[in-house]
Amino acid sequence: MTGLTDLGLIAIRDGVAKGEFTAVEVAQAFNAAVADAQEALNAFIVTTPEAALSAAAKVDADRSAGKELGKLAGVPIGMKDLFATKGVQTSAASKILEGFTPQYESTVSQKLWDAGAGMLGKLNLDQFAMGSSNESSAFGPAISPWRRKGDTAALTAGGSSGGSSAAVAARLCPAATGTDTGGSIRQPAAFTGISGIKPTYGRCSRWGIVAFASSLDQAGPMAHDVADCALMLEAMAGFDPKDATSLDMPVPDWSALLNADLKVKKVGIPREYRIEGLNADVAKAWDDGIAWLKDAGAEVVDISLPHSKYALATYYIIAPAEASSNLARYDGVRYGLRDLPDGANLQDMYAATRAAGFGAEVKRRILIGTYVLSAGFYDAYYTQAQKVRTLISRDFEEAFKQCDVILAPTAPTPAFALGEKSNPLDLYLGDVFSVPASLAGLPAMSVPAGLSSDGLPLGLQIIGRPFDEQGVLNAGLAIEQRAQFSAKPEKWW
Amino acid sequence: MSVDTATVARIASLARIKVSEGELEAMVPELNGILNWVEQLGEVNVEGVEPMTAVIPNTLRLRADVVNADPLTGGGIRDAVLANAPAAEHGFFGVPKVIE
Repeated sequence: MTGLTDLGLIAIRDGVAKGEFTAVEVAQAFNAAVADAQEALNAFIVTTPEAALSAAAKVDADRSAGKELGKLAGVPIGMKDLFATKGVQTSAASKILEGFTPQYESTVSQKLWDAGAGMLGKLNLDQFAMGSSNESSAFGPAISPWRRKGDTAALTAGGSSGGSSAAVAARLCPAATGTDTGGSIRQPAAFTGISGIKPTYGRCSRWGIVAFASSLDQAGPMAHDVADCALMLEAMAGFDPKDATSLDMPVPDWSALLNADLKVKKVGIPREYRIEGLNADVAKAWDDGIAWLKDAGAEVVDISLPHSKYALATYYIIAPAEASSNLARYDGVRYGLRDLPDGANLQDMYAATRAAGFGAEVKRRILIGTYVLSAGFYDAYYTQAQKVRTLISRDFEEAFKQCDVILAPTAPTPAFALGEKSNPLDLYLGDVFSVPASLAGLPAMSVPAGLSSDGLPLGLQIIGRPFDEQGVLNAGLAIEQRAQFSAKPEKWW
Repeated sequence: MSVDTATVARIASLARIKVSEGELEAMVPELNGILNWVEQLGEVNVEGVEPMTAVIPNTLRLRADVVNADPLTGGGIRDAVLANAPAAEHGFFGVPKVIE
């Protein structure tokens, strides 16, 4: 059936509930789109058409039987290959976990299945979510469905959730899960013209998500629009005793409470984000966003986040430090790859396994992390970074005394071509606008704002107070209604 | 502070990652590029500032002191635990000989 794959999450859920089409028809349409695009876009690492069909059949049967349907009943989604899925390979886009078949289901994915969603497959990502372009995937990068005007160069779909963004933008799934450690939901969403929200740290359980940097990792939804994100986040969030940092708070009805009227709201514009040489298209989108929020009734105020310039360096100490510790578990003993050279002892086996199983970027971060945590350097690097992190967090606290949400670009440029940034540091600098909110654990989302002069999507970022996903979503909706972003990539795959 | 080949070799050994001579040579300038860049944090005045321990204030919980309170994370699932091991033997994880 044509047209079904153009529908968003809520439209599918409602259409299934009303009997306009069946969940199985929806799953079949998306399964076909996934298969059709796999070779060109490489968005999935594993596809699971049978899982999508069986979840859909259950929804159709429940509907026929007059049973109450879940929040996401009949919606097939893509699952970032960082979430443990029982019986389905969970690789984190690494060789070291290739073939790893979890015996359990992550909390977030289980909640989505309980809400009636089905799984189309496991989505590509940067290896262990370390990267901003998907190029560190051991299975080759996901390719953006977008191309520059008059150019066929393969562009990045962003990272680390690049499979998720490519798949949603190409309409291979109406929505997908992402995870965000320093911008991994927001930047890919911005690069591909879709919406994505990273909630407050602790909203979504980390149990069963392959760990990268535990004090930063947060799951969130990526979808066509703000309302779809709000509903999917409701299904994903909630207290989980199995995650020590899970927030024991009720999950609000974000989608029901969406309200784009921003009267009496104040929007802060951080002056430090006006970096020198900011891409002209990005600067214009930001100005448009300011005008749209004023039009929605908000008062715009100038704010200062004085330690912003140190956020990236702070992040690139803390995240690798935590990663080096988290990734110590890959030892060739308990799961995943084992490389046992002839005559090797246990220590040799560890070193050979990790050399063969980790990609270059993962090794680089483990080494940086090991160095900054090593005796003699710990205070100078790691403790100093954690102190600066306190200052960055304090900057936001001060700013939120003057405003309700903050508006900034999501990324400093539109999507770049694969292979264009070969120096790791160049890639790190692309996270300049997304990392500060991560360091402070704040909810932040990206919504499409327009197209660059060469026809690529640009995203605007809204950052909110802790626990104020509603404020972030509402401002996102106000922008969405005024940006009227309807551009889609022309199908070439 | 910058690292030399010997330091990178020592870090790699601490991290249990085997690196060849060629890889070491390539890594030294890369890591120095990153380390020199993060050095900028040294200029921030952090006097009297506590290092961040939790971004969102939270209290540590205790679970009920009950065996297998949550069967998902409880015991008695040896085969599931071993299911992904590259060399499970006789109900144990197999490793190369560690006692000479």
